[in-house]
Amino acid sequence: MLKQILLGLLFGGAFGFVLHKVQATDPNKIIGFLRLTDMHLAKVILFAIGFSSLLLFVGLAIGFIPASHIHVKASYIGVIMGGAIFGVGFGLGGYCPGTTVAAWGAGRKDAIFMILGGLLGAWAFVLSYGWLLNNMSWLFDSVISINETNKVTLAETGNPKNPALFSMPGIIVTGVIAIIFMAAAFLLPDQIRSASTEN
Amino acid sequence: MNQTWGWLKGGIILGLVFFAAAAVVKPIGVSTQYVIADCLIFCSITPDLAQEITQEDGSVIYKSSNPYLNKSKGKYVKAAKKPGNYGFVFVFAMFIGGWLAAKFGNAKIPNDEKWIPRVWSENLGASWGKRMTGAFIAGFMILFGARLAGGCTSGHMMSGMMQTSLSGYLFAMGVFVIAVPISIILFRR
Repeated sequence: MLKQILLGLLFGGAFGFVLHKVQATDPNKIIGFLRLTDMHLAKVILFAIGFSSLLLFVGLAIGFIPASHIHVKASYIGVIMGGAIFGVGFGLGGYCPGTTVAAWGAGRKDAIFMILGGLLGAWAFVLSYGWLLNNMSWLFDSVISINETNKVTLAETGNPKNPALFSMPGIIVTGVIAIIFMAAAFLLPDQIRSASTEN
Repeated sequence: MNQTWGWLKGGIILGLVFFAAAAVVKPIGVSTQYVIADCLIFCSITPDLAQEITQEDGSVIYKSSNPYLNKSKGKYVKAAKKPGNYGFVFVFAMFIGGWLAAKFGNAKIPNDEKWIPRVWSENLGASWGKRMTGAFIAGFMILFGARLAGGCTSGHMMSGMMQTSLSGYLFAMGVFVIAVPISIILFRR
């Protein structure tokens, strides 16, 4: 219990600190990324995914990290549809569920309203889940059928719950993906289009 | 002086945080905790939503009258009954981390942006009510969407794609196909 709390404080604290320092807590930067006028956060995220992925799969390969630490989510239609609904709010508000909490801590007060809306939105989903399951069950249909849960990865993790789409050593698949992501971070221009200066 | 990190330094450190959390505890995820916070509030009003039952053999089980909260042997109910757990503390600590970064990391929010971000006021006006309503609606949508998808930017996109999970790629596709045109249309200046 105490260990859980201390680890939560350590990693949550580090995550919130870093999110603010990379400006992921700044809606100007998030919206700049989404409207393609300021690709700073895209470069941060691409590099972070590639780099962490490489470390993770090296750790798995040498046995430093147990495969049981892999927690992969299922691939069903609702992941795409939920992502699209998320996209509307993300493009409008400029915060995500995590960055808005760190942003509030850093002193952005509109983040409080984002969190309040989020609490209501999450509860609305909890209350509508049973109805969705009965009336829109296609939302929970898998996009792929490999095993019962369809918690599928691209690279072999060694966790038997998670079948891989590429049957070759995980570190090779991840190595290629990581290089693509980190190279993309370097190659991506600082801006793809410019904001209008008209009044 | 505003000391924020460049993309390479930021990307390396952010990557290290995601890797370290997965190596030591489990992959980072945030949006589930909104459900736990909701249950802390609403389950106290309707006790059927969160039931802690001690069985004859002394073991404790968690159940809910709501099919979502009842999922995975009532794990959401259990977390709401014991909020001193890793995931919930994690999100509180994110607030503290953001506060520390602003206070001691020389990255304060400009005074005129504490309520309304510049990109919003330049495009949609300086009305306080409009921004707060917009933020509230946006918050509603990101959490409804994240719960339908089973995760958000941290759980699906960052942790998911770190693990090369197919679901992370699907989520990212759904998000950007919609969020990019919306931002381009709403925020022209």
